[in-house]
Amino acid sequence: MIYMDNAATSWPKPPEVIKAMTLALEHAGGNPGRSGHRLSIAAARIIYDTREEIADFFGIIDPARVIFTSNATHSLNLVLRGILKPGDRVVTTSMEHNAVMRPLHRLAENGIFLTTVPCNRDGYLNLRELEQTMKTGTRLVVILHASNVTGTIMPIGEIAAIAHRNRALLLVDAAQSAGLIPIDVKSLGVDLLAFTGHKELQGPPGIGGLIINDNVDISQIEPLICGGTGSRSESEEQPEDLPDKFESGTTNLIGVAGLGAGLKWIKSRGTINIREHAKKLHRNLLEDLSTIPGVRIYGGTDSDNNIPVVSFTIAGKSVSEIGMRLDEEFGILARVGLHCAPAAHRTIGTYPEGTVRLSPGMFTKLEEIKETARAISRIAKS
Amino acid sequence: MIQYGVVLFHTTSAVMRAEKLLIKGGFAIKLVPVPRQFSSDCGIAIRFDWSQHEALKSTLEKAGIEYAAIHFLDSKSA
Repeated sequence: MIYMDNAATSWPKPPEVIKAMTLALEHAGGNPGRSGHRLSIAAARIIYDTREEIADFFGIIDPARVIFTSNATHSLNLVLRGILKPGDRVVTTSMEHNAVMRPLHRLAENGIFLTTVPCNRDGYLNLRELEQTMKTGTRLVVILHASNVTGTIMPIGEIAAIAHRNRALLLVDAAQSAGLIPIDVKSLGVDLLAFTGHKELQGPPGIGGLIINDNVDISQIEPLICGGTGSRSESEEQPEDLPDKFESGTTNLIGVAGLGAGLKWIKSRGTINIREHAKKLHRNLLEDLSTIPGVRIYGGTDSDNNIPVVSFTIAGKSVSEIGMRLDEEFGILARVGLHCAPAAHRTIGTYPEGTVRLSPGMFTKLEEIKETARAISRIAKS
Repeated sequence: MIQYGVVLFHTTSAVMRAEKLLIKGGFAIKLVPVPRQFSSDCGIAIRFDWSQHEALKSTLEKAGIEYAAIHFLDSKSA
């Protein structure tokens, strides 16, 4: 079997991740911050240590500004619904995932003004167009860091500068990029960063987070969920303290433990080495696919500006047939269709049919890419 | 006999941060359930040797760790 669906969720997971999750459940099974006994304290330590790991990983000083959520979608909803008020303008791009598009469309029904800047057919954003779109009163710019359809990497630092020149905050959807591209929120100027644990951060599903940079006034953000935090229990009001304001309900300890181990695994390999490996995977995949007659590849071809996510179609074949044959005849697992990003597929011209998406990951060998290309070549011929 | 004090925090995250910092600073501390006479919170507090309370206060303040309160624990509650 060849797993080419890491953009959906990474697989396999490092053995350290599975071990950390088992250990957490066996030896730290208390409820963090709710009780004062040893199992509760052990759980609180795992959660705090992981908070520190994440803060260090994304370049912020205060671990309390790392908010644990269920996934990137949860983090994005927290910010979009928590910050935007009727009358506010929000700017986004035509490459976004439905994790951004759906909450924005919902908010637009309730008096928030939404502007979508079109990207070109390769998925790239024209920065001048973004700058022109930004009008006085834009509260927030929300953009993905790397596309889940074409792998296109957005120039986050330059986008942050444009947002800040126009007094807007920048929210980045790093679902695909976190773990693949080094992200330092301070030097890039990212105000809010949404990430998920189960993709290239190598963690399990069900854990994600939000980074709130130091400059963001948290009184501007309404919590998405209110409830017990283990703190200020005498009060029936939601506390303003971080991270508790945004973390009501029992934290996903097992998820956090797995994510922490995933981060350690990434750090031990080195983010620069991982980036280089990702570029190599992308380059090899493109080279091998581009020689197959009938195959059309979407998105940019520059490995420096792409994560290893490649979308393609074959002339005269439906994407679902290609996906099924890859799985059944060759044991190659890919994802076909619209990838929860209809706007992106409209942008690159593949709506409503969609594409076949190949996304190798940290455990993919170059030989597996060759084998995948051979399989696609055979499908293209028959 | 050692006399103890206890420092309370607003969040578990702050307790964990303070614990690391204080251990690194050589303080003799222990995580304990929040004593009921000081707060109805369900969380954890840090118990310390009262003779170190000035040094502990300044260590926390220097690191910018906000705490809710510091209390002396009389022998009955310790």
